[in-house]
Amino acid sequence: MTGTQLFLQQLANGLTLGAIYALIALGYTMIYGVIQLINFAHGEVFMVGSYLALTLMLALTALVPWPVALLGALLGAMLGCSVLGWGIERWAYRPIRQAPRLNALITAIGLSFVLQNAIMLLYGPTDRQFPNPVPLVRWEIGGVTVTLMQVLVWGVAAALMCGLQWLVMGTKLGMAMRATAQDLKICRLLGIPVHRLIGVTFALGSALAAVGGTLFGMTYGTINFHDGYVVGLKAFTAAVLGGIGNIPGAMVGGVLLGLLEGFGAGYLSSQWKNVFAFVVLVLLLLGKPTGLLGERVADRA
Amino acid sequence: MLQVSHVVAGYGAIDCLHGVSLEVHPGEIVALLGANGAGKTTTLMAISGLLPCRAGRITFDGMDLPDESPESLVRRGLSHVPEGRRILGRLTVEENLRLGAYTRADAVQVHQDLQRAYALFPILASRRRQLAGTLSGGEQQMLAIARGLMSRPKLLLLDEPSLGLAPKMIQLMFETIQRLNREGLTILLVEQNAYQALHVAHRGYVLETGRVVLEDTAAHLTTNPRITAAYLGS
Repeated sequence: MTGTQLFLQQLANGLTLGAIYALIALGYTMIYGVIQLINFAHGEVFMVGSYLALTLMLALTALVPWPVALLGALLGAMLGCSVLGWGIERWAYRPIRQAPRLNALITAIGLSFVLQNAIMLLYGPTDRQFPNPVPLVRWEIGGVTVTLMQVLVWGVAAALMCGLQWLVMGTKLGMAMRATAQDLKICRLLGIPVHRLIGVTFALGSALAAVGGTLFGMTYGTINFHDGYVVGLKAFTAAVLGGIGNIPGAMVGGVLLGLLEGFGAGYLSSQWKNVFAFVVLVLLLLGKPTGLLGERVADRA
Repeated sequence: MLQVSHVVAGYGAIDCLHGVSLEVHPGEIVALLGANGAGKTTTLMAISGLLPCRAGRITFDGMDLPDESPESLVRRGLSHVPEGRRILGRLTVEENLRLGAYTRADAVQVHQDLQRAYALFPILASRRRQLAGTLSGGEQQMLAIARGLMSRPKLLLLDEPSLGLAPKMIQLMFETIQRLNREGLTILLVEQNAYQALHVAHRGYVLETGRVVLEDTAAHLTTNPRITAAYLGS
């Protein structure tokens, strides 16, 4: 394998991981954007999404052709996590909206324990094999191997991000979300139902995390009930890297973090890949605390 | 149209309003005057539901306001243009206006009202695709008022529309207020600029440390020695 080939191969691997990080990072950033809350239970929503997809995939692959099973698992996990995310906002965060921020953080930690342990009780503490019905198709392009699975991850992530961009920039709902992110109080005066809007934001972010969870399980083959912690932390890093609160920033941050890990693992050592990600984050925050695409500092850091 | 009776409201442990009562009849412009900290803005916030009433009663068009959310108040015809304009700077002028009509579903009527807003303030039409944060102070105030009208209110609560504006712009604001009133809009106007406010208003109330100390027609208030001494300069 030549130098260029190694580079391109790591690029392909890094992009796959990055697409998954980006999908999860979007949830952190959307929620922060609207109510300046870091939902530290978001990683667990991702994890629950991967288990929902696992159950659906096991049930569906025997019955229907694989593309239908995949679509069913994706949509089912998205729906399930939307309800979960909406419920988290409605019953865990909304009652303490006026309380100091530390309360929300403690709530998030509690929620994480509840979700982790619920999944552990339901599915057991050991790694679970994640069925991947996608046929193992490989393409050799100039010595670089690209699999159908990777192309699928890129395609799904790109489509969802385009969809989200359209929703936020091109619809009335998105306009109201951007307005609420800027000034929640005036939005109440304009008659915008901000509580419902915040709920929708949680549901949307959670649905994207569910897609991340499904693709993660399929790409890596096994899932575990504490995957949400590490992957969630990485996705949070990606959101901060891109500029928290900034939607294109989360996409860029996710992909960048995936690439960093890909190249770090390829060129240096795969055991140190987490270190590269966090070192870059620290360096970036020293130089540009608002993240790559963030503009606002003021009280929000 | 609006009855505020014996309202007590405040922030934290402190009451700012100690039983404010006032009334606004259909078709009127009512001026709410008073020094800084007298409770003018607090009164408006209590009416529009941003601040809970600790005692007293507010009714608008026959319904009890404290039970209603700010959203449903907008649907029922109450619009509050707050102090400091509060325009959404990272959204375009047109997006700001459209958000003012968020509670309305009829796209055709909203489009008509958008055209009316542009007719009212032609400068906004030429800046419709611009980010609202790039507008001048006067243009932002025009946008704030135009946005407040997009929900087709029956009653407009207007908080300090002349604050920080150039004299020519202040003139335009008061002319606009009169024009809107002639077209049938009822207005409750909070102003520091007492002389100008009384010039356009029908009646006025004077607040002092959370209490109404005077109420009269605008014409009488303008000649009231207490007012001229305190607010108008002799």
